[in-house]
Amino acid sequence: MPRKFPKITVWRAIFAAIMLSGAYATYLRVMYGLGGSTNLSDKFPWGIWIGFDVMCGVGLAAGGFTLVAMVHIFNVEQYKPVLRPAVLTAFLGYTLVVVGLLYDLGRPDRLWHPLVMWNPHSVMFEVAWCVTLYSTVLFLEFLPVVFEKFGLHKPLAWIHRISVPLMILGVLLSTLHQSSLGTLFLIVPEKLYPLWYTPILPLLFYVSAIGVGLAMTIFESWHSSRAFGRALELPLLASMARVLAVVMSVYLWIRFLDMSHRHVFGLLARNRIETWLFVLEIALVAVPTVLLYQHRIRMQPGKLYACAVMVVFGFIANRLNVGITGLEAGSGVHYVPRWSEVAITLSIVAAGFAIFHTIAKYFPIFEPEMHAQPARGMAEKEADLVAIE
Amino acid sequence: MPKAILYDSTLCIGCKACEGACAERWGLPYNDRVAAEERISAHKLTAVETHGDKFSRRLCMNCLQPACASVCPVGALQKTALGPVVYDASRCMGCRYCMQACPFQVPSYEWDKRLPKMRKCDMCFERQSAGKLTACAEACPVGATKNGNREELVAEAQQRIAEKPGQYYPKVYGLNEVGGTSVLYLSAVPFEQIGLRTNLPNEPLPETTWRVLELVPDIVSTGTVLLGGIWWITNRRTEVAKKEGGR
Ligand code: SF4
Ligand code: SF4
Ligand code: SF4
Repeated sequence: MPRKFPKITVWRAIFAAIMLSGAYATYLRVMYGLGGSTNLSDKFPWGIWIGFDVMCGVGLAAGGFTLVAMVHIFNVEQYKPVLRPAVLTAFLGYTLVVVGLLYDLGRPDRLWHPLVMWNPHSVMFEVAWCVTLYSTVLFLEFLPVVFEKFGLHKPLAWIHRISVPLMILGVLLSTLHQSSLGTLFLIVPEKLYPLWYTPILPLLFYVSAIGVGLAMTIFESWHSSRAFGRALELPLLASMARVLAVVMSVYLWIRFLDMSHRHVFGLLARNRIETWLFVLEIALVAVPTVLLYQHRIRMQPGKLYACAVMVVFGFIANRLNVGITGLEAGSGVHYVPRWSEVAITLSIVAAGFAIFHTIAKYFPIFEPEMHAQPARGMAEKEADLVAIE
Repeated sequence: MPKAILYDSTLCIGCKACEGACAERWGLPYNDRVAAEERISAHKLTAVETHGDKFSRRLCMNCLQPACASVCPVGALQKTALGPVVYDASRCMGCRYCMQACPFQVPSYEWDKRLPKMRKCDMCFERQSAGKLTACAEACPVGATKNGNREELVAEAQQRIAEKPGQYYPKVYGLNEVGGTSVLYLSAVPFEQIGLRTNLPNEPLPETTWRVLELVPDIVSTGTVLLGGIWWITNRRTEVAKKEGGR
């Protein structure tokens, strides 16, 4: 049975404090509107609920589609053991993104409007549709876990029949909306600082989402191996880190190529806050990318984990730069989130961790015997079950 | 005939009659305190700014190809054939993408309301559809704000520059900015000196996102074939997977 950390009481106290402040901030948001709970203004309409909760949330959940594509479409059997946790994280991630949106929308009661009131010229309309459909796909992709737990073989067989089109649909929808989050900002060429504004923003968002999906998978596996006292799937994670290094190299290469074509390297000579944020963001991605090329580093759990975390932070820094800090100068506003904005964001993240932990505890997310049978993934076992039936 | 507003900053005397008329038209409170606010907001849809000894009026530019209308996910904003960009509050979900996208930072939000709306000038759509002038143009005592057909106003603005070259900065703001706007400006000094943004492209902003969005059908069709093909090749070998549909 899951062994608890000795530290768990400290974590619980922190968790309770975060949730309490989140509850009070929620009260402020409901009673006093966005004006009473955020530092947003007419000239700076989007804050961390969009910049972090939505833009980072969707990106960090990219492990779901990345792994589905690798395991089921490219048939890299080896990654099967981490597929389910990735799909679970993705599903949770999208659910929490919707929660974040409910806080951020001025009229959360109209969240469904884009589904019936169409504007195909709007990027956000496209994102709304993709996220809705993809959340449904993720739910269906996760259902087998529930069916398995309760031994429901018939629905299990049914869902397997539609699984391939479902997976292809999921990968397509992800491709579209991961990149579209970048497209959102193409409309503000006059506001977004040129170190970030580029017509290929959608491509950059897409490639970096694939990378961070892998980094998050490594991050989760490391944490769940500690929380549940499982052995770490080190060879698997190390090989995944290799893919991560290549993806992030491609990302950096495209990024620099684009910058040189746009002749913006000169901007780096300016002593501005944007320059330093850019350097930080690039360093957070470049350093782990270089390190992960070394076998020695990939094979040490601690260092592997540190590299994955750095990539995650580099990714977050990028999304915050595009969504918030890179827009400040162009909008003529200095935005610092109010405590209540931070409290709600932290509560959403904390709730995510807690729900993941709970589900992982009670449902067959992690394979118990994957070291004994590395080649036999859970899918075949399910298939066998169906066959027996 | 698309309509427009020509605002000539060199004629403006800063009396703020337009502000009062606009507030009245929208049923918004207007008093000395509101008059002293030099920026547009949810309770003040046009504002006269002071820049040294110059004045500059701010209102929605009612762009010819408005970024706000193109980004609104629910189509709450529409460009009318008459010129005004109108807003349907019953559709608006409050995502505030219009505010982020507007190059002139025009849309304002009712931040303190529990059921907030976006607010902006709509170039007096219902007055103009009824053949009347916009409230602000009607109220202006010196003709600094003029309402009429866009083509005629553009010609008039260029004529004013040609007649008194010493008095005007030789450009009409709004002629080409982001593909052209329905509000046109004349000024004695370069436009950035009266608070207007001059780093705008002449390309309509909706193009920037449409270039990517129009690829969606291609991405979907190519992606389906590609992913389906890869799946078929890589999974052919696995018998069980084949039998059970790939899982
Ligand atoms: S000025 Fe802004 S709000 Fe007005 S029509 Fe243009 S984009 Fe829309
Ligand atoms: S805030 Fe309202 S009007 Fe503006 S883009 Fe969002 S839904 Fe449309
Ligand atoms: S056109 Fe109408 S809504 Fe716009 S500023 Fe003038 S009076 Fe106000």
